[in-house]
Amino acid sequence: MTGSRGKETIVAATETAGTTRRDFLYIATGAMGAVGAAALVWPFISQLQPDASVLALSSTEVDLSQVAEGQMVTVKWRGKPVFVWNRTEKDIAEAKGVQLTALLDPIARNANLAADAPATDENRAGEGHEKWLVVIGICTHLGCVPIGHSGEYDGWFCPCHGSEYDTAGRVRRGPAPTNLEVPPYKFVSDTKISIG
Amino acid sequence: MSTTMSFRSTLLRPLAVAALAFGLAAPALAAEGAPKPPREEWSFAGPFGTFDQAQLQRGFQVFKEVCASCHAAHLFSFRNLAQPGGPSFSEAQAKAVAESYQVQDGPNDAGDMFDRPGRLSDRWPSPFPNEQAARASNGGAYPPDFSTLAKARTYEVGFPGFLIDIFTQYQEQGPDYIHALLVGYEEPPEGFTLPEGAHYNKYFPGHAIKMPQPISDGQVTYSDGSPETLDQYSRDVTAFMMWMAEPHLEARKRIGFQVMIFLIIFAGLLYFTKKKVWKDVAH
Amino acid sequence: MSGHSTFEPKHPALKWFESRLPLVGLIHSSFVAYPTPRNLNYWWTFGGILSLMLVCQILSGVVLVMHYTPHITLAFDSVEHIMRDVSYGWLIRYIHSNGASMFFIAVYIHMFRGLYYGSYKAPREVLWILGCIIYLLMMATAFMGYVLPWGQMSFWGATVITNLFSAFPVVGPTIVEWLWGGFSVDNATLNRFFSLHYLLPFMIAGVVVLHVWALHVVGQNNPTGVEPKSAKDTVPFTPYATIKDAFGMVCFLIFFAWFLFYIPNYLGHADNYIPANPLVTPAHIVPEWYYLPFYAMLRAVPDKLGGVLTMFGAIIVLFFVPWLDTSKVRSGVYRPLFKQFFWIWIAVCIGLGWLGSKPAEGGYVIAGRILTIYYFAHFLIILPLLGLFEKPKAVPASITEAVLGKNKGAAPASAGVSAPQTKG
Repeated sequence: MTGSRGKETIVAATETAGTTRRDFLYIATGAMGAVGAAALVWPFISQLQPDASVLALSSTEVDLSQVAEGQMVTVKWRGKPVFVWNRTEKDIAEAKGVQLTALLDPIARNANLAADAPATDENRAGEGHEKWLVVIGICTHLGCVPIGHSGEYDGWFCPCHGSEYDTAGRVRRGPAPTNLEVPPYKFVSDTKISIG
Repeated sequence: MSTTMSFRSTLLRPLAVAALAFGLAAPALAAEGAPKPPREEWSFAGPFGTFDQAQLQRGFQVFKEVCASCHAAHLFSFRNLAQPGGPSFSEAQAKAVAESYQVQDGPNDAGDMFDRPGRLSDRWPSPFPNEQAARASNGGAYPPDFSTLAKARTYEVGFPGFLIDIFTQYQEQGPDYIHALLVGYEEPPEGFTLPEGAHYNKYFPGHAIKMPQPISDGQVTYSDGSPETLDQYSRDVTAFMMWMAEPHLEARKRIGFQVMIFLIIFAGLLYFTKKKVWKDVAH
Repeated sequence: MSGHSTFEPKHPALKWFESRLPLVGLIHSSFVAYPTPRNLNYWWTFGGILSLMLVCQILSGVVLVMHYTPHITLAFDSVEHIMRDVSYGWLIRYIHSNGASMFFIAVYIHMFRGLYYGSYKAPREVLWILGCIIYLLMMATAFMGYVLPWGQMSFWGATVITNLFSAFPVVGPTIVEWLWGGFSVDNATLNRFFSLHYLLPFMIAGVVVLHVWALHVVGQNNPTGVEPKSAKDTVPFTPYATIKDAFGMVCFLIFFAWFLFYIPNYLGHADNYIPANPLVTPAHIVPEWYYLPFYAMLRAVPDKLGGVLTMFGAIIVLFFVPWLDTSKVRSGVYRPLFKQFFWIWIAVCIGLGWLGSKPAEGGYVIAGRILTIYYFAHFLIILPLLGLFEKPKAVPASITEAVLGKNKGAAPASAGVSAPQTKG
């Protein structure tokens, strides 16, 4: 091969055609290809979402009659630990005694309440069952499981980075930014809750 | 019924395209001791086929009241009853079905397994705890699991039908066979010695099937006024089995049509673009 | 061969990068300026189609692995889980299972094209051999992939094929046990097949890079088999070949989509929807369609080792085709006798495929023997002798001459050829 042809070839070959028609055809074909590629990508992205069997994984029931006063149990819901704590009078009083202004995160973070509900103890504890505190046992900092009955605020202490939570599961010392989350749950009876 | 129930598979079909081109004839062999099941009209056949929801609901009723007492369907969950593209029960109906079954759960805190009402996320409870138990209760034969059964059964189509099937998109050999089997119980012809505990079926390979005729006229009471005949029961439960084996069939055909339209238009555009690009170059 | 143009970066940043890693220049010279014979027909689009299929299989496969569990008690159910619960899982799984067949359809057409137009002849021997290696790797990959759903055909296919190796004297039984990682096809087998099934496609991709590299060193063959002699004989890869390949690919995708969306189980076996059962063999075991000709050869030979050697020999012989074909003329277009024998050979391959699907009994075995002998005779006797005795037709002096001869009377043809003669 001795000669060489560059972009000029294409130009030479196509200049004779009507510019508008040529442009339209090329743009339409290119656009069609782009649309096709984009549509093809979707199933490959969509498959990443939790599948139908995971989404259907329903509620976990917890029998509260087995949890003595002061005792804290851990149950699994959607693969995550959930703390169920039968709080003593002292724990409740301690939680109620905290001013909202003293909290790092003044929002209740309760899935059963409005998103902006304040983080009072009433809004954190079980509805009509104030001795029960049910929270997702995952530190809101980076996902470690905090240790119960420990820390300066008598709630939880996270061993990973030192966050501390009080007896209503509210963050009192960073680096965790928000209170422990309250999962969606309801009292099926006085001694049974259903989470999820 | 035996698990070894398999037939001349669809071996020839892959060669179809090539054979077409070269006119190779494949003589249709007589199926192993059984006539070819007749082809039925299925609502889900063809490029625009969809399931008949009422039929799936009736089929589910037949499955639940008749088949499920021996056959498992371990890949089938209660939640499937309410998913799109299926029998379209409401979620409340599916929940009610689930709750009418006891499902084993556990272990509880004491370490014991316990029974509780079913939930949507639960799988369909199997009638026997394991294959051995199923065999022991069914004269040594294992009632096959229904989950994928409609796709696991077929018959040899033979030449040239297997080539034509590519173009007509006929894929319903499984349902054809199941329906034929359900309506194929007969008195054994003279001279045919039936092994003990077996029943004569026209379409079962070898004719001696362990499953007694499972269903007959009037056995299931339909609430929608459909005929309560063996033929209708059989069609309904077969359609239900096909849905169970291929629950996304409707979505597949719907998306397939969209993709086809797209590709054909795109190919057309590319063809003209190609012509334009090559216009001044003889080739 | 020099290209149609060289890549000259204008932007300072690109200049900086190119002087350190001439990546864009490489792409430009390989896929833009690369001189392509102007007379390539649509059979030449299958190289691009095969690249597309390789990407398609790797992408869908990587996604399937996200949901699949390689364990004998879970494999079947996890595939059904993909089919039922994963969002678009049915689509991705059917893409992968039908894609394998499409891959083989494309590779067979690609190979037949190479054989017809003499694309294996000097200086393209290494290119051809790399292609044969890719084909071998594809067969191994597809075989191990078919085992993964752990249905009846998966299990029994794996059992039969691994047992082939027991034919080798002395070491045979040990090899088989080592392949299995046990005394039968079992969980260890499934796990290693899964691992290798994930690995091999990347090895294929590696050999494909070598294949394309070799192609770009020696240049593409073309229907006349005459090497390009001047710039007039070629066009730049982009846009000419790119747009033609794109059109070919989309047409192939229509064919693919027909199977994928409407008859996705047509190319599979119903038995594979029955979970694997080591105690019960299906009445009729057959491999996937793309192995059928080799399966027929295996069964045509009454001796176990002989059958295995014949089967492997049928592939090995392809490696030697560049030296078995003694003809001075490259393209089959100008070889009247070769052309006839080529089509007979294609018919023999299809005949073997058909026999592979039949039970090994009676007339089928005899026919299988005759066709097997013919298959080898084609390469070992007919090809070498044809080159000596065949009187080829006149070969055109150049590609351009051939093209213009074909299009005689088409006025714009010559004008079109001279038009692009601008300096690049």
